[in-house]
Amino acid sequence: MNEEKTPSKLEKILRAGHLAVTSECGPPRGSEAGHITKKAEMIRNHVDAVNITDNQTSVTRLCSLAACIHLKMMGLEPVLQMVTRDRNRIAIQSDILGAASFDIFNILCLSGDHQSFGDNPKGQNVFDLDSMQLIQTVRHMRDEGKFLGGDSIERPPRMFVGAAANPFADPFEIRVPRLAKKIAAGVEFIQTQCIYNVEKFELWLKLARERGLTEKIFILAGVTPFKSVGMAKYMKNRVPGMDVPDELVKRMSGVAKEKQPEEGLQICVETIQRLKEQKGVRGFHIMAIEWEEKVPEIVERSGLYPRPNVN
Amino acid sequence: MIVAKQKPIEEIIETLKGYNKILILGCNECVTVCEAGGKKEVAVLASALRMYFMNQGQEVKIEEATLERQCDHEYLEEIRKTVDQYDAVLSLACGVGVQFLAEKYMHTPILPGVDTCFMGVTEERGVWSERCQGCGQCILAWTAGICPVSRCAKRLLNGPCGGSSKGKCEINKEVPCAWQIIIDRLNELGRMEDYERLIPIKDWSTERAGGPRKVVREDVRS
Repeated sequence: MNEEKTPSKLEKILRAGHLAVTSECGPPRGSEAGHITKKAEMIRNHVDAVNITDNQTSVTRLCSLAACIHLKMMGLEPVLQMVTRDRNRIAIQSDILGAASFDIFNILCLSGDHQSFGDNPKGQNVFDLDSMQLIQTVRHMRDEGKFLGGDSIERPPRMFVGAAANPFADPFEIRVPRLAKKIAAGVEFIQTQCIYNVEKFELWLKLARERGLTEKIFILAGVTPFKSVGMAKYMKNRVPGMDVPDELVKRMSGVAKEKQPEEGLQICVETIQRLKEQKGVRGFHIMAIEWEEKVPEIVERSGLYPRPNVN
Repeated sequence: MIVAKQKPIEEIIETLKGYNKILILGCNECVTVCEAGGKKEVAVLASALRMYFMNQGQEVKIEEATLERQCDHEYLEEIRKTVDQYDAVLSLACGVGVQFLAEKYMHTPILPGVDTCFMGVTEERGVWSERCQGCGQCILAWTAGICPVSRCAKRLLNGPCGGSSKGKCEINKEVPCAWQIIIDRLNELGRMEDYERLIPIKDWSTERAGGPRKVVREDVRS
Protein backbone atom coordinates (compact mmCIF):
# COMPACT_ATOMS: atom_id res chain seq x y z
CA MET A 1 0.00 0.00 0.00
CA ASN A 2 2.96 2.34 -0.34
CA GLU A 3 2.93 3.26 -3.94
CA GLU A 4 1.29 6.60 -4.65
CA LYS A 5 -1.02 6.70 -7.60
CA THR A 6 -2.16 10.31 -7.54
CA PRO A 7 -1.02 13.74 -6.28
CA SER A 8 -3.72 13.56 -3.58
CA LYS A 9 -2.63 14.91 -0.21
CA LEU A 10 -5.06 12.53 1.47
CA GLU A 11 -3.41 9.62 -0.28
CA LYS A 12 0.07 10.86 0.73
CA ILE A 13 -0.93 11.13 4.38
CA LEU A 14 -2.49 7.68 4.42
CA ARG A 15 0.39 6.02 2.62
CA ALA A 16 2.83 7.67 5.00
CA GLY A 17 1.05 5.83 7.79
CA HIS A 18 -0.56 8.82 9.50
CA LEU A 19 -4.12 8.68 10.82
CA ALA A 20 -5.96 10.87 8.34
CA VAL A 21 -8.69 13.31 9.26
CA THR A 22 -11.37 14.33 6.81
CA SER A 23 -14.53 16.27 7.32
CA GLU A 24 -17.34 17.42 5.16
CA CYS A 25 -19.28 20.49 4.15
CA GLY A 26 -22.71 20.56 2.64
CA PRO A 27 -23.11 23.23 -0.07
CA PRO A 28 -25.76 25.92 0.41
CA ARG A 29 -29.24 26.04 -1.03
CA GLY A 30 -28.36 29.08 -3.05
CA SER A 31 -25.48 30.57 -4.96
CA GLU A 32 -23.71 32.35 -2.10
CA ALA A 33 -20.30 30.68 -2.10
CA GLY A 34 -19.47 32.40 1.18
CA HIS A 35 -21.47 29.77 3.06
CA ILE A 36 -19.14 27.03 2.00
CA THR A 37 -15.90 28.98 2.15
CA LYS A 38 -16.76 30.10 5.68
CA LYS A 39 -17.35 26.52 6.81
CA ALA A 40 -14.14 25.42 5.13
CA GLU A 41 -12.19 28.24 6.74
CA MET A 42 -13.24 27.03 10.21
CA ILE A 43 -11.73 23.58 9.68
CA ARG A 44 -8.88 24.17 7.26
CA ASN A 45 -6.06 23.69 9.76
CA HIS A 46 -7.57 20.68 11.45
CA VAL A 47 -8.37 18.34 8.56
CA ASP A 48 -6.46 16.87 5.63
CA ALA A 49 -9.31 16.93 3.15
CA VAL A 50 -12.90 18.10 2.98
CA ASN A 51 -15.72 16.15 1.37
CA ILE A 52 -18.30 18.16 -0.50
CA THR A 53 -21.64 16.42 -0.51
CA ASP A 54 -23.56 15.96 -3.74
CA ASN A 55 -27.18 17.04 -3.23
CA GLN A 56 -27.31 14.99 -0.05
CA THR A 57 -30.66 13.52 0.94
CA SER A 58 -31.72 14.45 -2.60
CA VAL A 59 -32.28 18.08 -1.65
CA THR A 60 -31.18 20.43 -4.43
CA ARG A 61 -28.10 22.47 -3.55
CA LEU A 62 -25.17 24.23 -5.14
CA CYS A 63 -23.28 21.56 -7.06
CA SER A 64 -20.50 19.57 -5.49
CA LEU A 65 -18.02 20.28 -8.26
CA ALA A 66 -18.39 24.06 -8.03
CA ALA A 67 -18.06 23.93 -4.24
CA CYS A 68 -14.93 21.78 -4.61
CA ILE A 69 -13.45 24.42 -6.91
CA HIS A 70 -14.10 27.11 -4.30
CA LEU A 71 -12.22 25.00 -1.76
CA LYS A 72 -9.40 24.30 -4.16
CA MET A 73 -9.00 28.02 -4.78
CA MET A 74 -8.67 28.49 -1.01
CA GLY A 75 -5.82 25.99 -1.03
CA LEU A 76 -7.81 23.21 0.60
CA GLU A 77 -7.96 19.60 -0.49
CA PRO A 78 -11.48 18.71 -1.62
CA VAL A 79 -13.04 15.28 -1.94
CA LEU A 80 -15.62 15.40 -4.71
CA GLN A 81 -18.64 13.35 -3.71
CA MET A 82 -20.46 12.05 -6.73
CA VAL A 83 -23.75 10.17 -6.78
CA THR A 84 -25.02 8.13 -9.69
CA ARG A 85 -28.62 9.14 -9.04
CA ASP A 86 -28.54 12.29 -11.15
CA ARG A 87 -26.05 11.61 -13.93
CA ASN A 88 -25.70 9.15 -16.75
CA ARG A 89 -22.31 7.87 -17.84
CA ILE A 90 -21.77 10.81 -20.17
CA ALA A 91 -22.34 13.38 -17.42
CA ILE A 92 -20.32 11.35 -14.92
CA GLN A 93 -17.24 11.14 -17.14
CA SER A 94 -17.65 14.76 -18.12
CA ASP A 95 -17.85 15.95 -14.50
CA ILE A 96 -14.83 13.82 -13.61
CA LEU A 97 -12.84 15.55 -16.34
CA GLY A 98 -14.15 18.92 -15.19
CA ALA A 99 -12.95 18.18 -11.67
CA ALA A 100 -9.64 16.88 -12.98
CA SER A 101 -9.12 20.10 -14.91
CA PHE A 102 -9.11 21.93 -11.55
CA ASP A 103 -6.76 19.31 -10.08
CA ILE A 104 -9.30 17.85 -7.75
CA PHE A 105 -7.54 14.71 -6.67
CA ASN A 106 -10.12 12.83 -4.59
CA ILE A 107 -13.50 11.40 -5.44
CA LEU A 108 -16.04 9.55 -3.33
CA CYS A 109 -18.27 7.25 -5.37
CA LEU A 110 -21.83 6.88 -4.12
CA SER A 111 -25.21 5.81 -5.42
CA GLY A 112 -27.00 8.58 -3.49
CA ASP A 113 -30.19 8.68 -1.47
CA HIS A 114 -33.35 7.99 -3.42
CA GLN A 115 -34.93 11.18 -4.76
CA SER A 116 -38.13 10.49 -2.80
CA PHE A 117 -36.36 11.90 0.29
CA GLY A 118 -35.70 15.30 -1.22
CA ASP A 119 -37.39 18.38 -2.58
CA ASN A 120 -38.14 16.82 -5.97
CA PRO A 121 -39.77 13.49 -5.20
CA LYS A 122 -41.57 13.55 -8.55
CA GLY A 123 -38.34 13.69 -10.52
CA GLN A 124 -36.68 10.95 -12.53
CA ASN A 125 -33.58 9.23 -11.29
CA VAL A 126 -30.80 7.96 -13.50
CA PHE A 127 -28.75 5.17 -11.90
CA ASP A 128 -27.13 4.38 -15.23
CA LEU A 129 -24.26 3.08 -13.07
CA ASP A 130 -24.18 1.98 -9.44
CA SER A 131 -21.51 3.00 -6.92
CA MET A 132 -19.31 -0.03 -7.72
CA GLN A 133 -19.47 0.72 -11.41
CA LEU A 134 -18.62 4.37 -10.71
CA ILE A 135 -15.51 3.19 -8.87
CA GLN A 136 -14.63 1.07 -11.90
CA THR A 137 -15.25 4.02 -14.19
CA VAL A 138 -12.90 6.40 -12.35
CA ARG A 139 -10.21 3.75 -12.12
CA HIS A 140 -10.61 2.96 -15.81
CA MET A 141 -10.33 6.63 -16.77
CA ARG A 142 -7.33 7.14 -14.49
CA ASP A 143 -5.38 3.91 -14.99
CA GLU A 144 -6.18 3.12 -18.60
CA GLY A 145 -6.48 6.75 -19.65
CA LYS A 146 -9.62 5.85 -21.52
CA PHE A 147 -13.28 6.74 -21.64
CA LEU A 148 -15.82 3.98 -21.07
CA GLY A 149 -16.42 4.15 -24.81
CA GLY A 150 -12.81 3.18 -25.43
CA ASP A 151 -11.32 6.43 -26.73
CA SER A 152 -8.18 7.85 -25.15
CA ILE A 153 -8.36 10.72 -22.72
CA GLU A 154 -5.94 13.56 -23.11
CA ARG A 155 -4.57 14.22 -19.60
CA PRO A 156 -6.54 11.55 -17.72
CA PRO A 157 -7.91 12.33 -14.24
CA ARG A 158 -5.60 11.65 -11.33
CA MET A 159 -7.98 10.84 -8.52
CA PHE A 160 -7.68 8.88 -5.32
CA VAL A 161 -10.82 6.77 -5.36
CA GLY A 162 -13.04 6.39 -2.35
CA ALA A 163 -16.41 4.96 -1.48
CA ALA A 164 -18.70 4.66 1.48
CA ALA A 165 -19.34 1.58 3.58
CA ASN A 166 -22.17 1.13 6.01
CA PRO A 167 -21.34 -1.63 8.48
CA PHE A 168 -24.77 -1.17 10.07
CA ALA A 169 -27.10 -1.67 7.14
CA ASP A 170 -28.81 -4.98 6.58
CA PRO A 171 -28.11 -7.74 5.89
CA PHE A 172 -24.98 -7.71 8.07
CA GLU A 173 -23.60 -10.95 6.59
CA ILE A 174 -22.83 -9.27 3.26
CA ARG A 175 -21.34 -6.08 4.69
CA VAL A 176 -17.79 -7.44 4.57
CA PRO A 177 -18.28 -9.25 1.22
CA ARG A 178 -19.65 -5.95 -0.06
CA LEU A 179 -16.46 -4.21 1.05
CA ALA A 180 -14.47 -6.91 -0.76
CA LYS A 181 -16.55 -6.26 -3.84
CA LYS A 182 -15.79 -2.54 -3.72
CA ILE A 183 -12.10 -3.36 -3.37
CA ALA A 184 -12.35 -5.64 -6.39
CA ALA A 185 -13.98 -2.74 -8.24
CA GLY A 186 -10.90 -0.63 -7.43
CA VAL A 187 -11.69 1.46 -4.39
CA GLU A 188 -8.70 2.80 -2.45
CA PHE A 189 -10.22 4.43 0.61
CA ILE A 190 -13.46 4.03 2.52
CA GLN A 191 -15.36 6.48 4.66
CA THR A 192 -17.87 4.67 6.84
CA GLN A 193 -21.35 5.56 7.94
CA CYS A 194 -21.49 7.38 11.31
CA ILE A 195 -20.43 4.98 14.01
CA TYR A 196 -22.48 4.90 17.20
CA ASN A 197 -22.68 1.15 17.70
CA VAL A 198 -18.94 0.77 18.25
CA GLU A 199 -19.12 -2.95 19.01
CA LYS A 200 -20.85 -3.73 15.77
CA PHE A 201 -18.30 -1.62 13.89
CA GLU A 202 -15.46 -3.47 15.59
CA LEU A 203 -16.99 -6.79 14.62
CA TRP A 204 -17.24 -5.63 10.99
CA LEU A 205 -13.65 -4.43 11.12
CA LYS A 206 -12.48 -7.72 12.62
CA LEU A 207 -14.18 -9.69 9.85
CA ALA A 208 -12.64 -7.35 7.28
CA ARG A 209 -9.22 -7.84 8.89
CA GLU A 210 -9.62 -11.61 8.83
CA ARG A 211 -10.13 -11.47 5.09
CA GLY A 212 -7.07 -9.25 4.73
CA LEU A 213 -9.17 -6.38 3.42
CA THR A 214 -7.77 -3.78 5.80
CA GLU A 215 -4.36 -4.35 4.23
CA LYS A 216 -5.70 -3.42 0.83
CA ILE A 217 -7.48 -0.16 1.52
CA PHE A 218 -7.60 2.72 3.96
CA ILE A 219 -10.67 2.77 6.18
CA LEU A 220 -11.66 6.10 7.70
CA ALA A 221 -14.13 5.65 10.53
CA GLY A 222 -17.09 8.00 10.27
CA VAL A 223 -18.25 9.94 13.32
CA THR A 224 -20.94 12.55 13.87
CA PRO A 225 -21.41 14.34 17.21
CA PHE A 226 -24.93 14.65 18.58
CA LYS A 227 -25.97 18.23 19.21
CA SER A 228 -28.92 17.19 21.33
CA VAL A 229 -30.95 14.19 22.47
CA GLY A 230 -33.46 15.13 19.77
CA MET A 231 -30.81 14.61 17.12
CA ALA A 232 -29.83 11.26 18.64
CA LYS A 233 -33.44 10.12 18.49
CA TYR A 234 -33.83 11.42 14.94
CA MET A 235 -30.70 9.56 13.82
CA LYS A 236 -31.92 6.42 15.55
CA ASN A 237 -35.45 6.44 14.22
CA ARG A 238 -35.53 8.38 11.00
CA VAL A 239 -32.26 8.00 9.15
CA PRO A 240 -32.08 4.84 7.02
CA GLY A 241 -29.16 2.57 7.79
CA MET A 242 -28.21 4.30 11.07
CA ASP A 243 -27.59 2.27 14.23
CA VAL A 244 -27.80 4.29 17.44
CA PRO A 245 -27.78 2.13 20.58
CA ASP A 246 -30.37 2.91 23.27
CA GLU A 247 -27.68 3.60 25.86
CA LEU A 248 -26.36 6.55 23.84
CA VAL A 249 -29.83 8.07 23.63
CA LYS A 250 -30.17 7.47 27.36
CA ARG A 251 -26.79 9.07 28.02
CA MET A 252 -27.77 12.16 26.01
CA SER A 253 -31.15 12.47 27.73
CA GLY A 254 -29.47 12.04 31.12
CA VAL A 255 -27.90 15.50 30.99
CA ALA A 256 -29.53 18.92 31.07
CA LYS A 257 -30.40 20.42 27.71
CA GLU A 258 -27.65 23.05 27.81
CA LYS A 259 -25.06 20.37 28.54
CA GLN A 260 -26.16 18.05 25.75
CA PRO A 261 -23.88 19.53 23.06
CA GLU A 262 -20.86 18.91 25.32
CA GLU A 263 -22.06 15.37 26.02
CA GLY A 264 -22.43 14.79 22.28
CA LEU A 265 -18.89 16.03 21.65
CA GLN A 266 -17.58 13.89 24.48
CA ILE A 267 -19.20 10.74 23.03
CA CYS A 268 -17.66 11.58 19.66
CA VAL A 269 -14.17 12.07 21.16
CA GLU A 270 -14.46 8.83 23.16
CA THR A 271 -15.45 6.96 19.98
CA ILE A 272 -12.43 8.30 18.11
CA GLN A 273 -10.09 7.50 20.97
CA ARG A 274 -11.35 3.96 21.20
CA LEU A 275 -11.21 3.38 17.45
CA LYS A 276 -7.71 4.87 17.11
CA GLU A 277 -6.43 1.74 18.76
CA GLN A 278 -8.18 -0.57 16.29
CA LYS A 279 -5.98 -2.20 13.69
CA GLY A 280 -7.41 -1.37 10.29
CA VAL A 281 -8.71 2.09 11.19
CA ARG A 282 -6.52 4.47 9.20
CA GLY A 283 -8.24 7.72 10.00
CA PHE A 284 -11.46 9.51 10.78
CA HIS A 285 -14.15 11.16 8.79
CA ILE A 286 -15.81 13.75 11.02
CA MET A 287 -19.24 14.74 9.81
CA ALA A 288 -20.35 17.56 12.10
CA ILE A 289 -23.64 18.34 10.44
CA GLU A 290 -24.22 22.12 10.51
CA TRP A 291 -21.76 22.17 13.40
CA GLU A 292 -18.51 22.52 11.48
CA GLU A 293 -17.13 24.98 14.05
CA LYS A 294 -16.73 22.09 16.50
CA VAL A 295 -14.51 20.02 14.21
CA PRO A 296 -11.25 21.66 15.41
CA GLU A 297 -12.18 20.96 19.03
CA ILE A 298 -13.03 17.31 18.27
CA VAL A 299 -9.73 16.89 16.40
CA GLU A 300 -7.72 18.47 19.21
CA ARG A 301 -9.46 16.62 22.03
CA SER A 302 -9.00 13.33 20.18
CA GLY A 303 -5.25 13.86 19.98
CA LEU A 304 -5.25 14.22 16.21
CA TYR A 305 -3.75 17.71 16.13
CA PRO A 306 -1.55 19.06 14.63
CA ARG A 307 -2.11 17.56 11.23
CA PRO A 308 0.96 16.16 9.44
CA ASN A 309 2.62 18.19 6.73
CA VAL A 310 3.35 15.99 3.76
CA ASN A 311 3.99 18.42 0.96
CA MET B 1 -49.22 -9.65 -17.05
CA ILE B 2 -49.54 -5.94 -17.63
CA VAL B 3 -51.06 -4.42 -14.51
CA ALA B 4 -53.32 -1.38 -14.78
CA LYS B 5 -55.61 0.51 -12.47
CA GLN B 6 -58.80 2.33 -13.24
CA LYS B 7 -58.61 6.06 -13.68
CA PRO B 8 -60.68 8.18 -11.29
CA ILE B 9 -64.15 8.60 -12.79
CA GLU B 10 -63.86 12.41 -12.64
CA GLU B 11 -60.88 12.24 -14.95
CA ILE B 12 -62.73 9.94 -17.34
CA ILE B 13 -65.77 12.24 -17.37
CA GLU B 14 -63.53 15.20 -18.17
CA THR B 15 -62.09 13.43 -21.22
CA LEU B 16 -65.54 12.36 -22.43
CA LYS B 17 -66.90 15.93 -22.51
CA GLY B 18 -68.75 16.74 -25.73
CA TYR B 19 -69.22 13.16 -26.90
CA ASN B 20 -72.76 11.84 -27.07
CA LYS B 21 -72.26 8.26 -28.14
CA ILE B 22 -69.47 6.36 -26.45
CA LEU B 23 -68.24 2.78 -26.65
CA ILE B 24 -66.52 1.40 -23.59
CA LEU B 25 -64.20 -1.29 -24.81
CA GLY B 26 -62.76 -3.87 -22.41
CA CYS B 27 -60.02 -6.41 -22.93
CA ASN B 28 -60.16 -10.03 -21.92
CA GLU B 29 -56.48 -10.37 -21.14
CA CYS B 30 -54.24 -8.81 -18.48
CA VAL B 31 -56.64 -6.04 -17.43
CA THR B 32 -59.31 -8.66 -16.79
CA VAL B 33 -56.96 -10.54 -14.47
CA CYS B 34 -56.02 -7.39 -12.59
CA GLU B 35 -59.68 -6.37 -12.49
CA ALA B 36 -59.17 -3.01 -14.14
CA GLY B 37 -60.61 -3.35 -17.64
CA GLY B 38 -62.42 -6.64 -18.23
CA LYS B 39 -66.06 -7.27 -19.02
CA LYS B 40 -67.08 -6.74 -15.40
CA GLU B 41 -65.29 -3.39 -15.08
CA VAL B 42 -66.73 -2.26 -18.42
CA ALA B 43 -70.25 -2.94 -17.09
CA VAL B 44 -69.64 -1.18 -13.78
CA LEU B 45 -68.09 1.88 -15.41
CA ALA B 46 -70.85 2.03 -18.04
CA SER B 47 -73.53 2.02 -15.33
CA ALA B 48 -71.73 4.71 -13.35
CA LEU B 49 -71.37 6.93 -16.43
CA ARG B 50 -74.99 6.44 -17.48
CA MET B 51 -76.06 7.44 -14.00
CA TYR B 52 -73.79 10.48 -14.06
CA PHE B 53 -75.01 11.75 -17.44
CA MET B 54 -78.64 11.09 -16.50
CA ASN B 55 -78.24 13.10 -13.32
CA GLN B 56 -76.68 15.88 -15.38
CA GLY B 57 -79.66 15.79 -17.72
CA GLN B 58 -77.38 14.95 -20.64
CA GLU B 59 -78.33 12.48 -23.30
CA VAL B 60 -75.24 10.42 -23.68
CA LYS B 61 -75.43 6.91 -25.03
CA ILE B 62 -72.98 4.46 -23.54
CA GLU B 63 -72.45 1.06 -25.08
CA GLU B 64 -70.28 -1.84 -23.95
CA ALA B 65 -68.07 -4.40 -25.63
CA THR B 66 -65.10 -6.49 -24.59
CA LEU B 67 -62.58 -7.93 -27.03
CA GLU B 68 -60.44 -11.00 -26.59
CA ARG B 69 -57.37 -8.75 -26.89
CA GLN B 70 -56.70 -5.21 -28.00
CA CYS B 71 -53.10 -5.86 -28.96
CA ASP B 72 -53.84 -7.99 -32.04
CA HIS B 73 -55.26 -6.88 -35.38
CA GLU B 74 -57.49 -9.91 -35.52
CA TYR B 75 -59.59 -8.92 -32.52
CA LEU B 76 -59.54 -5.17 -33.12
CA GLU B 77 -61.05 -5.83 -36.54
CA GLU B 78 -64.21 -7.02 -34.80
CA ILE B 79 -65.35 -3.44 -34.24
CA ARG B 80 -64.46 -2.15 -37.71
CA LYS B 81 -68.05 -2.20 -38.90
CA THR B 82 -69.50 -0.49 -35.85
CA VAL B 83 -66.79 1.91 -34.73
CA ASP B 84 -68.04 4.80 -36.88
CA GLN B 85 -71.29 4.89 -34.92
CA TYR B 86 -69.46 6.27 -31.92
CA ASP B 87 -68.19 9.73 -31.14
CA ALA B 88 -65.44 8.19 -29.04
CA VAL B 89 -64.14 4.87 -27.75
CA LEU B 90 -63.04 4.62 -24.13
CA SER B 91 -60.64 1.69 -24.00
CA LEU B 92 -60.08 -0.09 -20.71
CA ALA B 93 -57.12 -1.98 -22.15
CA CYS B 94 -53.56 -1.09 -21.22
CA GLY B 95 -51.77 1.69 -23.08
CA VAL B 96 -50.80 -0.84 -25.73
CA GLY B 97 -54.41 -1.54 -26.62
CA VAL B 98 -55.38 2.13 -26.56
CA GLN B 99 -52.62 2.95 -29.03
CA PHE B 100 -53.25 0.04 -31.34
CA LEU B 101 -56.88 1.11 -31.54
CA ALA B 102 -55.85 4.69 -32.22
CA GLU B 103 -53.49 3.59 -34.99
CA LYS B 104 -56.20 1.50 -36.61
CA TYR B 105 -59.21 3.78 -36.40
CA MET B 106 -57.97 7.13 -37.62
CA HIS B 107 -61.28 8.99 -37.43
CA THR B 108 -62.43 8.00 -33.96
CA PRO B 109 -61.13 9.58 -30.77
CA ILE B 110 -59.70 6.79 -28.58
CA LEU B 111 -59.45 7.56 -24.86
CA PRO B 112 -57.77 5.66 -22.03
CA GLY B 113 -59.90 4.45 -19.13
CA VAL B 114 -57.08 2.97 -17.08
CA ASP B 115 -53.58 3.95 -15.99
CA THR B 116 -51.13 1.30 -17.15
CA CYS B 117 -48.75 0.59 -14.30
CA PHE B 118 -46.27 -2.23 -14.77
CA MET B 119 -45.57 -5.86 -15.61
CA GLY B 120 -46.28 -7.85 -12.52
CA VAL B 121 -47.95 -10.60 -10.58
CA THR B 122 -51.05 -11.14 -8.49
CA GLU B 123 -49.68 -11.48 -4.99
CA GLU B 124 -53.17 -12.10 -3.72
CA ARG B 125 -56.55 -10.98 -4.95
CA GLY B 126 -56.49 -7.20 -4.95
CA VAL B 127 -52.69 -6.94 -4.64
CA TRP B 128 -50.49 -6.75 -7.70
CA SER B 129 -46.79 -5.93 -7.72
CA GLU B 130 -44.07 -5.27 -10.22
CA ARG B 131 -41.60 -7.88 -11.41
CA CYS B 132 -40.20 -6.80 -14.78
CA GLN B 133 -39.38 -3.60 -16.66
CA GLY B 134 -38.54 -5.25 -19.96
CA CYS B 135 -34.93 -4.05 -20.06
CA GLY B 136 -34.33 -6.30 -23.04
CA GLN B 137 -31.35 -8.11 -21.54
CA CYS B 138 -32.27 -10.40 -18.68
CA ILE B 139 -29.77 -10.67 -15.83
CA LEU B 140 -31.82 -12.96 -13.58
CA ALA B 141 -29.27 -15.75 -14.03
CA TRP B 142 -26.81 -13.65 -12.00
CA THR B 143 -29.18 -12.40 -9.34
CA ALA B 144 -30.72 -15.58 -8.00
CA GLY B 145 -33.82 -15.12 -10.14
CA ILE B 146 -34.79 -11.81 -8.50
CA CYS B 147 -34.64 -8.63 -10.56
CA PRO B 148 -32.81 -5.59 -9.19
CA VAL B 149 -33.75 -3.54 -12.25
CA SER B 150 -37.46 -3.65 -11.50
CA ARG B 151 -37.41 -4.23 -7.76
CA CYS B 152 -34.58 -2.08 -6.39
CA ALA B 153 -35.61 1.58 -6.18
CA LYS B 154 -32.13 2.53 -7.38
CA ARG B 155 -31.82 -0.29 -9.91
CA LEU B 156 -28.52 -1.24 -8.29
CA LEU B 157 -26.90 -4.12 -10.11
CA ASN B 158 -24.46 -4.48 -7.24
CA GLY B 159 -26.63 -3.82 -4.21
CA PRO B 160 -27.84 -3.47 -1.59
CA CYS B 161 -27.26 0.18 -0.75
CA GLY B 162 -26.75 1.44 2.78
CA GLY B 163 -30.46 2.12 3.12
CA SER B 164 -31.52 -1.52 3.38
CA SER B 165 -33.01 -1.99 6.82
CA LYS B 166 -34.57 -5.12 8.29
CA GLY B 167 -35.26 -6.43 4.81
CA LYS B 168 -36.99 -3.25 3.68
CA CYS B 169 -36.12 -0.52 1.22
CA GLU B 170 -35.15 2.98 2.38
CA ILE B 171 -37.95 4.56 0.35
CA ASN B 172 -40.76 2.80 2.19
CA LYS B 173 -41.02 0.23 4.97
CA GLU B 174 -43.67 -1.59 2.93
CA VAL B 175 -41.26 -2.20 0.05
CA PRO B 176 -39.06 -5.28 0.34
CA CYS B 177 -35.36 -4.71 -0.37
CA ALA B 178 -34.73 -6.61 -3.60
CA TRP B 179 -31.14 -7.25 -2.59
CA GLN B 180 -32.21 -8.76 0.72
CA ILE B 181 -34.37 -11.20 -1.27
CA ILE B 182 -31.48 -11.91 -3.64
CA ILE B 183 -29.14 -12.60 -0.73
CA ASP B 184 -31.70 -14.82 1.02
CA ARG B 185 -32.08 -16.80 -2.21
CA LEU B 186 -28.30 -17.09 -2.71
CA ASN B 187 -28.07 -18.42 0.83
CA GLU B 188 -30.82 -20.97 0.20
CA LEU B 189 -29.14 -22.03 -3.01
CA GLY B 190 -25.74 -22.28 -1.32
CA ARG B 191 -24.33 -19.78 -3.82
CA MET B 192 -23.26 -16.85 -1.66
CA GLU B 193 -19.98 -16.76 -3.57
CA ASP B 194 -22.05 -15.40 -6.48
CA TYR B 195 -22.68 -12.26 -4.44
CA GLU B 196 -19.09 -11.15 -4.93
CA ARG B 197 -19.30 -11.37 -8.67
CA LEU B 198 -19.28 -7.77 -9.93
CA ILE B 199 -22.09 -7.22 -12.36
CA PRO B 200 -20.64 -5.07 -15.16
CA ILE B 201 -22.02 -1.76 -16.40
CA LYS B 202 -25.26 -2.53 -18.15
CA ASP B 203 -26.02 -1.92 -21.78
CA TRP B 204 -29.23 0.09 -21.44
CA SER B 205 -29.65 0.51 -25.18
CA THR B 206 -32.01 -2.46 -25.17
CA GLU B 207 -34.16 -0.66 -22.61
CA ARG B 208 -36.24 2.51 -22.97
CA ALA B 209 -32.99 4.45 -23.42
CA GLY B 210 -32.48 3.01 -26.89
CA GLY B 211 -35.75 4.40 -28.21
CA PRO B 212 -38.90 2.48 -29.21
CA ARG B 213 -38.12 -1.21 -29.46
CA LYS B 214 -39.09 -3.91 -31.87
CA VAL B 215 -38.65 -7.66 -32.05
CA VAL B 216 -38.57 -9.12 -35.54
CA ARG B 217 -38.59 -12.88 -36.12
CA GLU B 218 -38.00 -13.55 -39.80
CA ASP B 219 -38.59 -17.26 -39.31
CA VAL B 220 -42.19 -16.80 -38.21
CA ARG B 221 -43.11 -13.79 -40.31
CA SER B 222 -45.89 -14.40 -42.75
